[in-house]
Amino acid sequence: MDKTIAQATVSVDQEGYLTDFSQWNKEIGTEIAKEQGIEMTDKHWEIIDFIQDKFKNEEPLSIRGIKKSGVINIKEFYALFPGGPLKKATMIAGIPKPKSCI
Amino acid sequence: MKNLVILGAGTAGTMMSNHLVSKLPKDEWKITVVDQYKTHYYQPGFLFLPFDIYTTKQVKKKGAKFIPKGVNYINEKIELIQPEDNKVLLENGTELAYDILIIATGTKIAPEEIEGMKGPEWHKSVFDFYTYEGAKALRDKFREWEGGKLVVHITEMPIKCPVAPLEFAFLADSYFKNKGMRDKVDITFVTPLGGAFTKPKATEALHHLLTDKGIKEVTDFNIERVDYENNKIIDYAETEVPYDILVTVPTNMGDALIERSGMGDDLNFVPTNKATLQTDDHENIFALGDATNLPASKAGSVAHFEAEILTENILRYINGEPLKEEFDGHANCFIETGGGKALLIDFNYTHEPVEGTFPFPGVGPLNLLKESRTNHMGKMAFRWIYWNMLIKGIHIPFVSATMSEKGKHFEETEA
Repeated sequence: MDKTIAQATVSVDQEGYLTDFSQWNKEIGTEIAKEQGIEMTDKHWEIIDFIQDKFKNEEPLSIRGIKKSGVINIKEFYALFPGGPLKKATMIAGIPKPKSCI
Repeated sequence: MKNLVILGAGTAGTMMSNHLVSKLPKDEWKITVVDQYKTHYYQPGFLFLPFDIYTTKQVKKKGAKFIPKGVNYINEKIELIQPEDNKVLLENGTELAYDILIIATGTKIAPEEIEGMKGPEWHKSVFDFYTYEGAKALRDKFREWEGGKLVVHITEMPIKCPVAPLEFAFLADSYFKNKGMRDKVDITFVTPLGGAFTKPKATEALHHLLTDKGIKEVTDFNIERVDYENNKIIDYAETEVPYDILVTVPTNMGDALIERSGMGDDLNFVPTNKATLQTDDHENIFALGDATNLPASKAGSVAHFEAEILTENILRYINGEPLKEEFDGHANCFIETGGGKALLIDFNYTHEPVEGTFPFPGVGPLNLLKESRTNHMGKMAFRWIYWNMLIKGIHIPFVSATMSEKGKHFEETEA
């Protein structure tokens, strides 16, 4: 389905995850973050860049992977994206919700 | 003479040796199986051991019994795989050269990955049931336990047999009811997932069962540490769950051999083509069962379906033919729900478990995604099937390696 975010029309799934990453831009990310009650800072964007890189390289995302990356420790990750950090960060990043495997 | 070497004599490795011994010409191929342990465990039985449903004798047999004649079976620890030289080194210094290698080294629990888990309380108030030792220690604990908070917990995905922790919670409910002390036992199911299972339809059905049985759910719980001094588990969001007995499924990782050989991912699983079962990095190395990084369940049924397809692909590889991209992620699991009943689920990469009948469309006798006594009988009969048919590579009638869509009520899931 379509949704208008930051004056752009994007397609999203039922939960609000962008279904086409090419439609994403920083304004859209900022807007989704606001809906999640998050005010983006440089540190937030650093994480978003990191997980978008992972996505582009088709590497799976997991809490373990984030921990190993050294980009951020998990406590900070939770502090930046309270609640479900991986779920919220991927939504802001415009990529699919990580499948927590089988 | 050419060499085919299989690493691991668990469910997958044993099945492959049985399949291949009858398919490869004996005067051209020598098959070798290596495993450090002499005992073959019926791993699905570990679920029943803590509740005195199975005895220790019912879950272990001598591994050599199941390796066919004509196969060279070596009981030795594997030190290293050297893919560049097509060689495997064993701990005793033996070198095994191979033309084709099959990795079936499975997955192991790694409780040391979480702070405080494998501490002084390991197998005292903090238990696993994924090992023979853990399941047995838990059985002894349950026999004398007077009640309190029982927490059934999953550390992180993926894990072997993702339904087992749920079954454990259901069986615990049943066990303490039968002992007349269910009112003294508080059961909580704690998971890093957003719900009881990985697939939405089944999650819904299982959620209802948990509620019916008075089992509490804590979801989205990413454990940081076990505070064994104060009997609680704590997650990264500072959520705490107190316990008297913690039954956890620790992080599951591939064998350390894979890490030593530099052939694994973050969790020591071997990157493998999900349709052909050839490893991504080496064309003469194949992998199956729990050792791979396939986005399929880690379960014996999956290894069983993979084995039928891999056997064909090994023959194709030998003949220089293109590999069949046939494996579809087919899994088939009984879910024990306590009180002599069970559910059955059948699914693959693209189709989630749905309602219907199995294996005969419209007839059954087994029901998909519904509790029934027949399903429970199926699960109990499965132990016999395992020892007598499955690991011997005998085809189970009416159950195909790829999933059948007949007799099921489908909605397509996202790939």
